[in-house]
Amino acid sequence: MARFVIRRLITMVLMLIVISFVTFLLFIVALPGGNPAALIAGRLATPAEVHLISVRYGFDKPIWVQYVRTMANLFDGSAYSYQEGFNVMGAITRGAPATLSLSIGAGVFWLLSSIGLGTLAAVRSGRYTDRVLTVLSMVGVSMPPFLLGAVLIYYVSYKAGVLPINGYISFTVSPWQWFRHLIGPWITLSVLFIGFYSRVLRGSILDAQGEDYVRTARAKGLSERRVLVRHILRMSLLPIISLWGLDIAQVIGGGAILTESVWGLHGIGQLAFNAIGAFDTVTLLAIVLLTAICVVVMSALVDILYAVLDPRIRLG
Amino acid sequence: MSEPLLQIEDLAVRFRTDEGAVRAVDGVSLSVERGEVVAVVGESGSGKSVTGMTLMGLTRGPNAEISGSARLDGRELLTMSNRELRAVRGNDIAMVFQDPMSSLNPVYRVGDQIVEQIRTHQQLSRQQAMARAVELMERVGVPRAAERLRSYPHEFSGGMRQRVMIAMALSCSPKLLIADEPTTALDVTIQAQILEELRQLRSETNAGIILVTHDLAVVADIADRVVVMYSGRVVEQGTLDELFYDPQHPYTWGLLGSITRVDSDRSARLPAIDGMPPSLLAPPPGCHFQPRCPHAFERCGEVPELSPRTPDSPGHLDRCWLEVERKRTLRLVDGQIGLAAPVRA
Repeated sequence: MARFVIRRLITMVLMLIVISFVTFLLFIVALPGGNPAALIAGRLATPAEVHLISVRYGFDKPIWVQYVRTMANLFDGSAYSYQEGFNVMGAITRGAPATLSLSIGAGVFWLLSSIGLGTLAAVRSGRYTDRVLTVLSMVGVSMPPFLLGAVLIYYVSYKAGVLPINGYISFTVSPWQWFRHLIGPWITLSVLFIGFYSRVLRGSILDAQGEDYVRTARAKGLSERRVLVRHILRMSLLPIISLWGLDIAQVIGGGAILTESVWGLHGIGQLAFNAIGAFDTVTLLAIVLLTAICVVVMSALVDILYAVLDPRIRLG
Repeated sequence: MSEPLLQIEDLAVRFRTDEGAVRAVDGVSLSVERGEVVAVVGESGSGKSVTGMTLMGLTRGPNAEISGSARLDGRELLTMSNRELRAVRGNDIAMVFQDPMSSLNPVYRVGDQIVEQIRTHQQLSRQQAMARAVELMERVGVPRAAERLRSYPHEFSGGMRQRVMIAMALSCSPKLLIADEPTTALDVTIQAQILEELRQLRSETNAGIILVTHDLAVVADIADRVVVMYSGRVVEQGTLDELFYDPQHPYTWGLLGSITRVDSDRSARLPAIDGMPPSLLAPPPGCHFQPRCPHAFERCGEVPELSPRTPDSPGHLDRCWLEVERKRTLRLVDGQIGLAAPVRA
């Protein structure tokens, strides 16, 4: 088991290096807007000024030197946005509490709801409950967050006045207000995932129902509940857990761009949204790397969790 | 005479499908005494496994229609509530399945899987149940039992896993053990060992055993009585000797004739029963074997009752309209029992 974990961690670091280099090439070197020095200098700059900036920022150096320097700047917190001039690390740190609150709360909510609904649909498969849940999950999967967010804000927040309209209140300021402000975003972000996950879980439970060891479990005289929880769900949850690990990582890394923007949470997702609009490549690079780190770390954790849950994997 | 351990009467199981009702089991009657090994023989799809699973309630479901009666020690199994049935499953009746590779849950240690069954039916602490598991594993011949209980199923060979399944089945000292092709997936040497375990179990605990199989060598090895099934019906039943030396149903002849012998002519075609088993959706009228039977005549359009037809052995039942004396000549093919080749037009 220890060897398995170590091997997995080494792969993780190698993957991050590759991802960061490729992203660097995409965003900084093969910049869609052209020369970064020209971007910094502005539209009215002379070629001499552009050259000066190019030398000062090291854009004339070989690519690998630029790569190492950019990475060093990003990680020691001395990278600045070319357009907006703010410190990139500072902007991400400021957005982190809102994004973490959003993603962890929503992650728990959508995971538990989809386990409940997916199991219910599988147990009642073919019956009325299952059909209703099928339709609901289709609606959920096809509902874009900006639409659902807008509908919730208009009817629940504005018309009914039940929830705040937007913004994020820090947990340390007021736990209750923090919670109230996040209910809307949590729902907005979760609905799509609940629809999708509950379908996947339903399918994998129905598959597991036909397994020989499930028949053995029934033949042992176990209660249906015990058969379901211990013998069916244990295996059926595996695909859900790996999906969840990757999705939650993406959301923590600023992937909830639409939800954060609609609800005005000023988290990392909204920072990404603004950076895209402003062509702010350094900030985008930082956010993409953050997402990559989250995804790679979570997928390593998921792999390790898999090995804990299924002893056959430890051999590999 | 007191009631046998298990008495099945006119058991029928139908599954509703999109194409129509499948008659998997169509009026099966048989009985098992304490300490008796009854082999249920037949080809795939003859309803032998479904019969076994129905006794355990494992075929219950919204699409299954089950009728008839099956009494274990006088208690009706078919109409039992699910709750009552759970107390019987694994406790009074235990089942060993065909494929030991997939019948154990891959994510739990085998010891935990045995303990789970013991503790479902008996008020024992974990330690007590574990001690019982060690004892069972030793009894079915697993070396270093205490240590092996901490292993996962994938760390066992097929034969060892089947021993674990048997240990699990024995854990609550069942009155009836249903072994559904327990040796089909195993090597011949392991097969012999597993059969030896079953034989020992029978003599030690006096449990009744239903052995579902298609392997006549296994039957000859261990069974006291044999039930031959074809297309959901029992076509013949009797003692081992009656079935092997005085078989009455042409299908049984075919089964016996299709055993290959070491001393047979290698260049000759392997004996097989011509044709395919009938569809369970639309079985032929009358005797189900009639379309494949070279000896069929007009009367075979009527369903023959399962009844004693040999004058000297009342326990030997079959479903064939042919006269006993005629059968005794028809079944001889080159001096050995077999099914004559069909007459081709």
